[in-house]
Amino acid sequence: MSANWTAFTTIVRREVVRILRIWGQTLVPPAITMTLYFVIFGSLIGSRIGEMGGYRYMEFIVPGLVMMSVITNAYANVVSSFFGSKFGRYVEELMVAPASSAVVLAGYVTGGVLRGLAVGAIVTAVALFFADLPIKHPLLTLLVLVLTAIVFALAGFINAIYARKFDDVTIVPTFILTPLTYLGGVFYSVSLLPDFWQKVSMANPILYMVNAFRYGILGVSDVSVSLALGMIALFAVVLGVIAWQLLERGVGLRS
Amino acid sequence: MTTPALSARGLTKTYDNGVQALKDVSLDVGEGDFFALLGPNGAGKSTLIGIISSLVNLGQGEVSVFGKDLRSQRAAVKSMIGLVPQEFNFNQFEKPFDIVVNQAGFYGVPRKIAQERAEKYLHALTLWDKRAVMSRTLSGGMKRRLMIARAMINEPKLLILDEPTAGVDIEIRRSMWTYLRELNRNGTTVILTTHYLEEAESLCRNVAIIDHGTIIKRSSTKALLSTLDRETFVLDLAAAASELPQLPGYPLQQIDDTTIEVELPRGTELNQLFAALGDHGIKVVSMRNKANRLEELFVRLTSKEEAA
Repeated sequence: MSANWTAFTTIVRREVVRILRIWGQTLVPPAITMTLYFVIFGSLIGSRIGEMGGYRYMEFIVPGLVMMSVITNAYANVVSSFFGSKFGRYVEELMVAPASSAVVLAGYVTGGVLRGLAVGAIVTAVALFFADLPIKHPLLTLLVLVLTAIVFALAGFINAIYARKFDDVTIVPTFILTPLTYLGGVFYSVSLLPDFWQKVSMANPILYMVNAFRYGILGVSDVSVSLALGMIALFAVVLGVIAWQLLERGVGLRS
Repeated sequence: MTTPALSARGLTKTYDNGVQALKDVSLDVGEGDFFALLGPNGAGKSTLIGIISSLVNLGQGEVSVFGKDLRSQRAAVKSMIGLVPQEFNFNQFEKPFDIVVNQAGFYGVPRKIAQERAEKYLHALTLWDKRAVMSRTLSGGMKRRLMIARAMINEPKLLILDEPTAGVDIEIRRSMWTYLRELNRNGTTVILTTHYLEEAESLCRNVAIIDHGTIIKRSSTKALLSTLDRETFVLDLAAAASELPQLPGYPLQQIDDTTIEVELPRGTELNQLFAALGDHGIKVVSMRNKANRLEELFVRLTSKEEAA
């Protein structure tokens, strides 16, 4: 077993232990929040909305809400864990070790993806109490989920690299991630929007993720699925290269 | 000639805020040495250690560890070094055993071997009983020893300790010294920075004094001490001396009722001193060299720099 593989599995193990140790902060809140969404938006309000995209409103919003929790948790895990290691200085444990930057990055991103997927599974389990999920294309569903989690785990890592204080960790989720998620077609089909706003929505990367995922589960999408997959993969590659470069240069870590 | 454990050539480091922490520092530390790096706060010690251990970007100059170049063979250099930093830098919410095992994993040590080594080093540093507690509950001395155990987990050829005994009580400090001596005896090269000059004097064979980013003295501890032209003796008296006699050539200083000190040029005969004290009814029961000799030298050298 190579030294880099050992280092990678060690980082992933440490991340998983952290997620489980603070399960009250990592795994439970999304289940509660999403249950509220299902009850209020899906059940109470949704029953008055009727159908959307050929499905009951509850069924229509489930994929978007699962995706929203995956995005938020993959991001939150990496940003808080990596920034925490900078703040507590134990990032130095990795800096003095021979593990390569790619290994360190892959370890943290895998931790974020695992939390995203764990929360996604919890939210899906909760959703099954409220809606039937046909899961038309299981492999595509899983692929979109993993790729999206990778994209946001990488984004969280870059945020953590630049963060100097805890406030910096919340800026991106509050001012960028949340608006993009809500405007990314989680609660509505973009076909409901006027032409101009439909075109604007096309610039929102989260729209592609939500729609590709919805296609995987329900078989309906506002955008081309292959285009969506291509976009998500492109984001993953670009963010991956940026994060690796920042780590390699020691930005925010070495003076 | 054997390859030095550490070779630094022309190291110059200027931080982004314009502070020049190192100015053309060159330093060799031989394999198997126990080496002290001394200097006042802000002298550049931690920057030098940070560069060697990859926590600080290398500016100008070259560093090699056991012949491996830091720029081109960084992973190989890292795998030979163990670092005990000045500040606590472990996750205070993790358990000592996990901290040490994880560190081994970061170095690529397989988990089973890592667990065996963790047991060995936690035992050696008398932390085994505390292996499963939250590490933030450890005392300051235990936290320092935990960082030594962690630094040993990759069984480094070069161990670097930045103020390892700061804030540690004397008993634990001495037990740490014993452990470090044993490591060194078994072949580990040790570089130590410390404010306790007694520590450097007691442990280290060679010394470099750094001030304002420049090495101002590099020598063996013995040779450095031999340049001292004065030494201070501490005399313990059999009974309290109410008043000290004025003895020409022997400036006596009362420390407490039964202890006096006298600072003399090296080589001064002491028989006359004892005879004169005896004449005044003062009986000396024991005598020792004051252990701050290096401190005196250090202050003298760094203040000379200041004046220059």
